[in-house]
Amino acid sequence: MNSETRDSRSPEEVARMRSYWRANLHLLGKLLVVWFVVSFVAGILLEDWLNGFTVLGFKLGFWFAQQGSIFTFVVLIFVYASRMKKLDRAFGVED
Amino acid sequence: MDAQSLTYLFVGLSFALYIGIAIWSRVGSTREFYVAGAGVHPVLNGMATAADWMSAASFISMAGLIAFLGYDGSVYLMGWTGGYVLLALLLAPYLRKYGKFTVPEFIGDRYYSDAARLVAVLCLIFISFTYVAGQMRGVGIVFSRFLEVDIDLGVLIGMAIVFMYAVLGGMKGITYTQVAQFCVLIFAYTVPAIFISLLVTGNPVPQLGLGAEVLDGSGLTVLEKLDSSLIELGFTAYTDGTKSTIDVFAITAALMVGTAGLPHVIVRFFTVPKASDARISAGWALVFIAILYTTAPAVGAFARLNFIDEVNEAEYTATPDWFKNWEELGLIAWRDKNGDGKVQYRAGSPFEGAPTFEDDSRGTHGERLLTNAESAGENEVYVDRDIMVLANPEIAKLPDWVIALVAAGGLAAALSTAAGLLLVISTAVSHDLLKKTWMKDISDRQELRAARIAAALAIVVAGYLGINPPGFVAQVVAFAFGLAAASLFPAILMGIFSTRMNKEGAIAGMLSGLLFTFGYIVYFKFIAPEANVAANWLFGISPEGIGMVGMFVNFGVAFIVDRFTPRPPESVQYLVEDIRVPMGVGGAHDH
Repeated sequence: MNSETRDSRSPEEVARMRSYWRANLHLLGKLLVVWFVVSFVAGILLEDWLNGFTVLGFKLGFWFAQQGSIFTFVVLIFVYASRMKKLDRAFGVED
Repeated sequence: MDAQSLTYLFVGLSFALYIGIAIWSRVGSTREFYVAGAGVHPVLNGMATAADWMSAASFISMAGLIAFLGYDGSVYLMGWTGGYVLLALLLAPYLRKYGKFTVPEFIGDRYYSDAARLVAVLCLIFISFTYVAGQMRGVGIVFSRFLEVDIDLGVLIGMAIVFMYAVLGGMKGITYTQVAQFCVLIFAYTVPAIFISLLVTGNPVPQLGLGAEVLDGSGLTVLEKLDSSLIELGFTAYTDGTKSTIDVFAITAALMVGTAGLPHVIVRFFTVPKASDARISAGWALVFIAILYTTAPAVGAFARLNFIDEVNEAEYTATPDWFKNWEELGLIAWRDKNGDGKVQYRAGSPFEGAPTFEDDSRGTHGERLLTNAESAGENEVYVDRDIMVLANPEIAKLPDWVIALVAAGGLAAALSTAAGLLLVISTAVSHDLLKKTWMKDISDRQELRAARIAAALAIVVAGYLGINPPGFVAQVVAFAFGLAAASLFPAILMGIFSTRMNKEGAIAGMLSGLLFTFGYIVYFKFIAPEANVAANWLFGISPEGIGMVGMFVNFGVAFIVDRFTPRPPESVQYLVEDIRVPMGVGGAHDH
């Protein structure tokens, strides 16, 4: 929102910001694949097939739909937050 | 003390706490009123977000919904939690970095257009009001069931409490009362769940109890026993659904994306000090939400099991007190179709429509008589799904203080969500409509006064809708998600991830997504409700799931229009590149 500071940046700095953004997108993409797989694939599309397996008293597909996906979502956000913290530091863009 | 006095005590104490916080957290500037001065600790914001998010519907209705839907109930569990992943990864940190007060403000600035801001305000107000009416109604129901006051009086008391902390303390007051409300509601939800899990399975952790063996010597697990009893009674197995796979997929997607696009949830992340705090805070929010959302399926399964055990084939005269209490309130009804004096619980509806009772007349066993026409089939019992959580402590014969606790918890859930919604409505009026559009030169003090007046008016309207609920509210609340998914979410997402998206594309996208979704819902719910069957649906997707298609319509239209219209000005590209980097976020202050 502050165009003056951006104008004063060197081309190297602009390139550095671009590669920071690409690294972020790369991480995002991987985590969203997991997000999609535990909910839409395991909990919905392959639910019937996974129900053939039983874990801790649960049919596996049903477990993903009602518990497993939620636990995974929590882990995904914390993984993202901590990886981004490292990425922010590596690129010197911490807030 | 009896359950009644204990309930008064618990509810009174929790209200005193909320009012105390309201007085402590009065604010003096719009920045404090709108975003609590952006000084809220990420963990506390996580708790506040959880309370903001978990409404009367989550607390009271969700376990009951899952109890009766079985696998199909998973759409709510995944849909209402998976959205936080999208929020944390795709929206919250960038919007926090942007550092302004409202969602329409971001859309208006990013798309350099008052029209875009107004469209966003329109979406926001529509989504938030349909949602808030349900909350006020929830307050009234809890009051009438547990404190035996009139539903309308209950709504008025709720309005008075919200008025205290929302008008005095704005976002700051709401944040800290939400933290307190989260503690009350999660305690109230998990304590009975632990008791019931112990009673049914001997395992104190409900999440594990759901997979454990039932303590009746049968050697079956909870889910196996439910599956086999339900099939015996003519239902589908608990772990199988009746919805089509594509519909389950679409509803889950619409709920997830809609959750991430709900303005009252997004603005909670404007209150933390830094962009990186917004990421971690979304993680904490989901932890606190997951405690309830992974307990709910267990509570639902236990409740269904207990219900079948205690009611099915029991003599009506020997049914437990809770059965008759809820019958008095009209939320349970029984018609002795085969004249054997026993309650037969089977698949199918017992009679046509919702129960209508003959006044004061009783049947041969003392049951309330109904005027409804009988349906074919053996089922004799009508149960309102909403009673499961409220009735659970009684069904499981838990001590009186647990019942009192559930009442306080239900009120906390309803009040915290109502307050969050009312705040985004008042902010949209005082900030987006007045300050940014119609009265650009008002001072901060005047704007603050306008925000307080808008909050007070919004409370009055919400209360009115709670006392005189329009018939469509219950139908429409679920659609708030579809509309958010089809309008706000894509606009914000493209605003962050595309430097090229222009105002023409964004406005056309929002309007077409909104109109498409709105039209589809109105057609099947109001214009031609008799046509609302899978055979007539687009791709077999029900109105509940159509928000997913609406989202794609929004993206598609936006990209096409964008290709044929001028690029956004250079300053917007700088803005987008700036919000992508956490460094340089605006200052916060301590509380």
